[in-house]
Amino acid sequence: MADKIFYFLTFLSLISAMLVIFSRNPVHSVLYLILTFFCLSGHYILLNAQFLAAVNIIVYAGAIMVLFLFVIMFLNLREDTEPRKGMAAKLAAVVSGGLLLLIMVAALRTADMSTLNNPASFDSQIGLVENLGRVLFTDFLLPFELASVLFLVAMVGAVMLGKREAGERNF
Amino acid sequence: MELSVFIVKSIIILAVFGVSLLIATYSTWAERKIAAFLQDRPGPNRAGIFGLLQPIADAGKMFFKEDFIPRQANKWLFIAGPSLAMLTACMTSAVVPFGDTVLVNGAEVTVQGIDINIGILYVFGVVSLGVYGVMIGGWASNNKFSLLGAIRAASQNISYELAMGLSIIAILMMSGSLSLRTIVEQQHGMNWNIFFQPVGFIIFLTCAFAECNRTPFDLPECETELIGGYHTEYSSMKLGFYLFAEYINMFVSSAVIAVLYFGGYNYPGMDWVRESLIGGLGLNWGHNLATLVGTMVFFGKIFFFIFFFMWVRWTLPRFRYDQLMNLGWKGLIPLAILNVVLTGAGLLAGTRLLSWVLILGVVLVATIQAGTARKRTVAAGRLSKV
Repeated sequence: MADKIFYFLTFLSLISAMLVIFSRNPVHSVLYLILTFFCLSGHYILLNAQFLAAVNIIVYAGAIMVLFLFVIMFLNLREDTEPRKGMAAKLAAVVSGGLLLLIMVAALRTADMSTLNNPASFDSQIGLVENLGRVLFTDFLLPFELASVLFLVAMVGAVMLGKREAGERNF
Repeated sequence: MELSVFIVKSIIILAVFGVSLLIATYSTWAERKIAAFLQDRPGPNRAGIFGLLQPIADAGKMFFKEDFIPRQANKWLFIAGPSLAMLTACMTSAVVPFGDTVLVNGAEVTVQGIDINIGILYVFGVVSLGVYGVMIGGWASNNKFSLLGAIRAASQNISYELAMGLSIIAILMMSGSLSLRTIVEQQHGMNWNIFFQPVGFIIFLTCAFAECNRTPFDLPECETELIGGYHTEYSSMKLGFYLFAEYINMFVSSAVIAVLYFGGYNYPGMDWVRESLIGGLGLNWGHNLATLVGTMVFFGKIFFFIFFFMWVRWTLPRFRYDQLMNLGWKGLIPLAILNVVLTGAGLLAGTRLLSWVLILGVVLVATIQAGTARKRTVAAGRLSKV
């Protein structure tokens, strides 16, 4: 049963991820991207990582994609008005995407799966909130705090960019 | 799972779904009756006794009206908008614990759609998706007013979601669980969270109003600026779904408020009621009847909050848009963060009542401000006379 759900979710996420790229209408692209996030959340639930699934929905599908949709709806991009990308841009996109793939494959190929494959050491509860929180605030405290500092810096930067300068006219 | 348990669980899930739709239907009637009462007029009284058939008549009218789709609109997304609004509105009630357990052949079945250990996060996830129905519908209409209304609704929702989430954190710190059932069980014996989290409750209530687009936060729909807002182009039952989704949201947020702050199905003396029922009727019937009483009490709390939503709508004037944004970002979010800090300090010191300090502080600041503001206007009035 779980196998079938996994294959179905994978199929759906791949299809929707491809539709993100191939849709001509940017709004459709965003909507397919949201669908992709839902499929990823489904994968998280299959892995018994309910917290990650919920946070993925809340943060990505619920907040970030709404802002995406905002901007794209306001820009009012149409299929016919969109400029064609040059050959160099396409090439650069393919190269950078390929590099990302290379890095991910390289990282996953050497990943240590022994704790997962061994039923004795495998803990199915590892993705639940309590365990995640404990690990995050003990073993990974420094990266966690650094990430929060990064967010603070980004927030201050956004406020700086959005602030009205003295004497600046808005309209 | 045993078959009888399965059947009982299915009945509970169907009942939860049906009851939320029924209550939403009759909320439209109650809203008109309450509006009429507050404005000293009879309200709907033609269809059936007390106008009780009015919602059915309205639905019939909605279905038989012309279902119009503008030629320039994006057809699929135009249909997807109201569907999504309804879908997300109906999804939330799955995790709300409507009652204690029911004993079926010795097995306990919870009166709840599903008890997941991230219950409150699920509620937030679904709430944050509620924006899409509005945004997609507003964009797909291909109308500037619809788009502006949709953008307004969406920015209002995501702004108030932040304060809502922060106000919850204080509760989570006290309960140590994300499961709604656990949060309710911890409030047993009049340990209602409202006594420990008054500030959180006020913030949550305000944000619930904003999330449901209810007055005084009903800015997305504004005749003078935006015509009908995001549903300008909608007609027939598609418009009906948008309006209906608002009432379902109201029901669900009342339920969540009751669960988080007013003890859910707990009521004073419930242990005594349960024991005397079990003593009189035996374990099975007694326990199930006690659960039923708890569920009734829970619905009573929900009805009170639905009434409160309506009461506020017909009493208060609406905000201006910049006032709404200022209140959300500069008022509620800092207050919620302060509340979290104070609650944490209180828990470290071993008391849960430290949140009341914040209430005192806010009242103090407000009094001082009101006092000085009065002096300023008096002084300004004197100046203008001179």
